[in-house]
Amino acid sequence: MIVAEQKSLDELKTLIGSAEKVLVVGCGTCVTVCFAGGSREAAITSSSLRMATKLDGSPKQVTDVTVQRQCEWEYLDTIAEQVKDADVVLSLGCGIGVQAIAEHFPECWVVPGLNTSFLGLPVEQGVWAERCAACGDCILGLTGGICPIARCSKSLLNGPCGGSEGGHCEVSPDIPCAWQLIYDRLSSQGKLHVLLDLQPPKNWRTSRDGGPRKIVREDLRLASQEG
Amino acid sequence: MSASSSNNGYLSGSNLERVLRAGHFAVTGELGPPQSADGEVIRKKAALLRGCVDAVNITDNQTAIVRMSSIGAGTILVQEGLEPVIQMTCRDRNRLAIQSDLLGAYALGMRNLLCLTGDHQTFGNHPTSKNVFDMDSIQMVRMVTAMRDERIFQCGDPFKGPEPRFFVGAAESPFAAPVEFRPYRLAKKVKAGANFIQTQLVYDVPAFATFMEKVRELGLHREVFILAGVGPLKGPGMARYMQESVPGILVPNELIERLEAAAAPWAGKSKDELTKEDKKARAAAWQAEGIQICIELIQQLRQIEGVAGVHLMAIEWEEAVRPIVEGAGLYPRPVVEVQSTQAAGAEVAHG
Repeated sequence: MIVAEQKSLDELKTLIGSAEKVLVVGCGTCVTVCFAGGSREAAITSSSLRMATKLDGSPKQVTDVTVQRQCEWEYLDTIAEQVKDADVVLSLGCGIGVQAIAEHFPECWVVPGLNTSFLGLPVEQGVWAERCAACGDCILGLTGGICPIARCSKSLLNGPCGGSEGGHCEVSPDIPCAWQLIYDRLSSQGKLHVLLDLQPPKNWRTSRDGGPRKIVREDLRLASQEG
Repeated sequence: MSASSSNNGYLSGSNLERVLRAGHFAVTGELGPPQSADGEVIRKKAALLRGCVDAVNITDNQTAIVRMSSIGAGTILVQEGLEPVIQMTCRDRNRLAIQSDLLGAYALGMRNLLCLTGDHQTFGNHPTSKNVFDMDSIQMVRMVTAMRDERIFQCGDPFKGPEPRFFVGAAESPFAAPVEFRPYRLAKKVKAGANFIQTQLVYDVPAFATFMEKVRELGLHREVFILAGVGPLKGPGMARYMQESVPGILVPNELIERLEAAAAPWAGKSKDELTKEDKKARAAAWQAEGIQICIELIQQLRQIEGVAGVHLMAIEWEEAVRPIVEGAGLYPRPVVEVQSTQAAGAEVAHG
């Protein structure tokens, strides 16, 4: 899932600026699961802003609403009236949600309430870790299901660098060395020979380096949209 | 026409390649460029290394701190008549930049290259920068040997003019984790085309001997010249720091005790009890012992089958290089002339 975390109240206040009517929009999907931008967080953010602006001497009208998924037009249609009524929309969706609102409501001034962090999972209660870099050319079949693109600090493809020590990365003792994990896993499965092959330089075109990406599935398109 | 046909069978014809291929025990040094545009620093350090080493590594923004470029500093070294080993990391350049810089480096007279992954930028003085890591060091070795031997760019396009012909090296850290994988990682570098290897600093000779045993078992010592990394310890403080904080460096307690013993006359005294002269004398005692330890390490490493030389890293202590090389009986350095094909053939027949 997409993992995000909330911006500070101070930054939110700056982002809202002089707007009077603020609509906080939560999202019911990834950011709900990682406790950053669901209906609960939208309500808390909304009341925090009401209190803070009141204390600052310029109370604002802050309301909140949460949609099932900010990244789909049909869910955004359900809040069209509220969006139209607001001076600013504070999206608690991920970066995709913020942009979906901007794209769907051309006249709406939308600002982000979250920092979208990474694609990952909760490894324990309250702890999330990155797992995928969305590079567009999955190599997990070569590495025992552990991604060195996302999890090695240098995205190395041919084994660990010289900075691996005691199972952790040279960057921080809090970062497990992805190549130690790969080595241990392949070792326990008797598949270390996989690591002896030379992996050629990666084709980064499928990653962000090829420019913004898009997938077109002709088999799924509606006849009226083709051509 | 490929330059190789006029190279007497050498890959690059560098001094380092000639010394190693003639069977001499090689000595390479290391020079860290300044954090400034001062070329005089390079000339001063070069003077300390002249005649003591077969080639000099020039670091590439080592520990991710901005310094004069290795190719810029290497150009000064060439002007000074010393032979550089250009270090090139994957951290700061993509495959376009690496290749174009190497074309320039070759045109400026550089003949040796060391391909490195590079320390992560969060260590250095620009921790907020973006890194590159378009390729890893093994892929870089493959790329530059293909530029030389197949006369192609990484994309596969052929060279239309002269190709850069480097003697290509890579690094290995024998004691970094996972230790069991390190000889195989070395094998991958050899498979990618590495001609020489320089290792991380070795202080634990028995541990290194164990690594070399595996290297020999894989037959790698016959395919690549292995230069063991050595460096003088300046005192017990530096030794302890390396033991505790630098990944992949094993410093036996015995060496730390030797350094402490060298400063026995000043032992147990607090900072305030020591005069300036005391501190100077203590530092000199530590340094003398550090140099002696380094000499002994070289002598021990030389006995290990498959060790073709040493890479002497005395960064910011270049004065130590000459006494170490002399003390190890490796001075003066051999002069191996570029021989004509016939003469080279004759030498082989005689020898």
